[in-house]
Amino acid sequence: MALPKAKEDATAALLGTLQMPDCGGWCRAAREDALSRLTAMGLPHRRDEYWRFTDPASLIVPEVPKAATLGADPEPMFDQIERLRIVFVDGVFSPEQSDDLTLAGLEIERLSEAMTSDIHWARDIYGKLEVEAQSPVARPLAALNTAFASDGIVIRVTGKVEKPVSLVYLHERDDSQAILHHIVKVEAEASITILENGPAAARFNKAMEVDVADRGEFRHIRAQGRDHERRAATHLFGRLGQESVFKSFTLTVNGVMTRNECVLNLTGDDAVAHVAGAAVGDGDFHHDDTVFITHGGETCESRQVFKKVLKNGAVGVFQGKILVKDGAQKTDGYQISQALLLDETSQFLAKPELEIYADDVACSHGSTTGAIDEEALFYLRSRGVPDAEARDLLILAFLAEAIDEIDDTRIAEDLIGRLEGWLARRKDD
Amino acid sequence: MLDIKNLHVKLEDEDKQILKGVDLKVEAGKVHAIMGPNGSGKSTLSYVLSGRAGYEVTDGTATLDGEDILGMEPEERAAIGMFLAFQYPVEIPGVGNMTFLRTAANAQRKARGEPELSAADFLKLVREKAKTLQIDADMLKRPVNVGFSGGEKKRNEILQMAMLEPRMCILDETDSGLDVDAMKLVSDGVNALRDEGRGFLVITHYQRLLDHIKPDVVHIMSDGRIIKTGGPELALEVEKNGYADLKSEVA
Ligand SMILES: Nc1ncnc2c1ncn2[C@@H]1O[C@H](COP(=O)(O)OP(=O)(O)O)[C@@H](O)[C@H]1O
Ligand SMILES: [Mg+2]
Repeated sequence: MALPKAKEDATAALLGTLQMPDCGGWCRAAREDALSRLTAMGLPHRRDEYWRFTDPASLIVPEVPKAATLGADPEPMFDQIERLRIVFVDGVFSPEQSDDLTLAGLEIERLSEAMTSDIHWARDIYGKLEVEAQSPVARPLAALNTAFASDGIVIRVTGKVEKPVSLVYLHERDDSQAILHHIVKVEAEASITILENGPAAARFNKAMEVDVADRGEFRHIRAQGRDHERRAATHLFGRLGQESVFKSFTLTVNGVMTRNECVLNLTGDDAVAHVAGAAVGDGDFHHDDTVFITHGGETCESRQVFKKVLKNGAVGVFQGKILVKDGAQKTDGYQISQALLLDETSQFLAKPELEIYADDVACSHGSTTGAIDEEALFYLRSRGVPDAEARDLLILAFLAEAIDEIDDTRIAEDLIGRLEGWLARRKDD
Repeated sequence: MLDIKNLHVKLEDEDKQILKGVDLKVEAGKVHAIMGPNGSGKSTLSYVLSGRAGYEVTDGTATLDGEDILGMEPEERAAIGMFLAFQYPVEIPGVGNMTFLRTAANAQRKARGEPELSAADFLKLVREKAKTLQIDADMLKRPVNVGFSGGEKKRNEILQMAMLEPRMCILDETDSGLDVDAMKLVSDGVNALRDEGRGFLVITHYQRLLDHIKPDVVHIMSDGRIIKTGGPELALEVEKNGYADLKSEVA
């Protein structure tokens, strides 16, 4: 089917600015397949159903919208946690700032290196989870990523890894664009935690494909950048084997435009998938969480918990779907998306969906939009807690259900500290 | 201590007068009780004194030790020693009871220019007070009032009062929903706080509570006014004859 002219033009315009990185062997085919997928589906447009709440224009215009950099964080995220640091500056791997890529229980390589070999296990994952996720809904920015990713990290986890692998994305140039693609393969019974933080670039397109084998565990905590003007479109793809665990949490503080898609496929029985997020935005802030969880195996559990605090015209979006396939009996699916609007100019747009083809399942979903609870506020104040402090307490309480999804209490406390900082910086206005 | 003169209050959004000239004076060291039928304005009085939004004072004054409280923010009133034990304590999901108590205690200290309690001192104090009210560690950990039974909520109010040591305590139907044992716990908690320098205004629907917390003065409120004031015997009279007689008496 021919694309609408506008879409075709927009796609051609952006593609004209991108160059497929050199690579030999196995990846060439994967990239070219992705490019033909992309040209067939075209880049997203505001009129696409899947983008009706989020205008993708700034994510695809050929000239990257500039984003000022705040500079180095005086208190770097996750600094108190022992971790293996891997640093990218404006999307370029920085060997000087990164640790040695060695850690017991796993193999790590840069994608750009993995791609130079003729044969590589990553071939079975690179672009493969992305392709599976292209139906029933097209995700053109992910296809674009597979075609043009300049680098990334390729990890094979064979044991229980003690230290988290921490991907740090620094942003130094105000017009930078970064396209990174990571592959994580968690072997049977192995486990890993991946941390991600930083603004990455003026415009960031990131994909991560995660294949978790039977009884494997994958945990993921991400803190998205402090640079107010940065833009990001990210995709997290997961394939979950039997009795595997997949838990992902994202904190988003600032960022003028963020679209985080998460597409999970629970293929084995008894798998557990939790995706959660807390986003706080003030002013020119548009944050979109789009989640699609497919239950294929029996007695699997999935949870989606997304909370947003919005202020001064900030916009929050949630599109979440649970698809229970025929035969996925005893599925336990839960989804909640809530927004706390601190004023009347902010808005929350939500589209929760359930599609169920099995008869013995327990699925629930809910979505709410509300203001600060005046009764609770008065109760706190009547006990002597000043108005502003009482509001902060209630905002953090609102976010608590999402933050509680994080298993590691040190990390949870660090993130709460960030949120308190965000609240404190907003006292003056 | 607490001095209310000719207090007139209407609803902010509605043309409805609720308090129609309340005069009341609670001296330090004394326990005053207010009784009265449902809808007579008892809770409204307690809310207006603690600064809840939604009411408009159309006439009259209320002072605590000479300071006008009606113009103050709720937290300022708390800092100078006003405390209301709510008729319906509010649930706050996501805020731990302990965090709540510590935040409140330290906020008041800060407002008064006193040093904050150390974590250890605070913990010791809470444990001690909670024990006498039979509030267990679990209740302290749980979010404020969430999933608490009616009696637990009321005990939690008294715990807050014990922690904050206010000068002027208003208790709004703290006895409602309590069984005999819980009533005793709550009354003991209140009696333990009775002190030369502290005033109490105990709002109740029933005489029952006043067997445990012996009042010095009893007021009867009806239709937004104090219609009669007397000693403890007035409460017994109401219990026996109901409010109807009193209302016709003043009519
Ligand atoms: N926020 C409100 N909105 C509407 N009516 C109110 C409100 N607060 C109080 N009232 C009315 O004011 C009167 C007094 O209520 P209240 O103070 O609760 O009495 P009491 O505590 O003595 O039972 C009642 O008629 C009640 O319905
Ligand atoms: Mg009442």
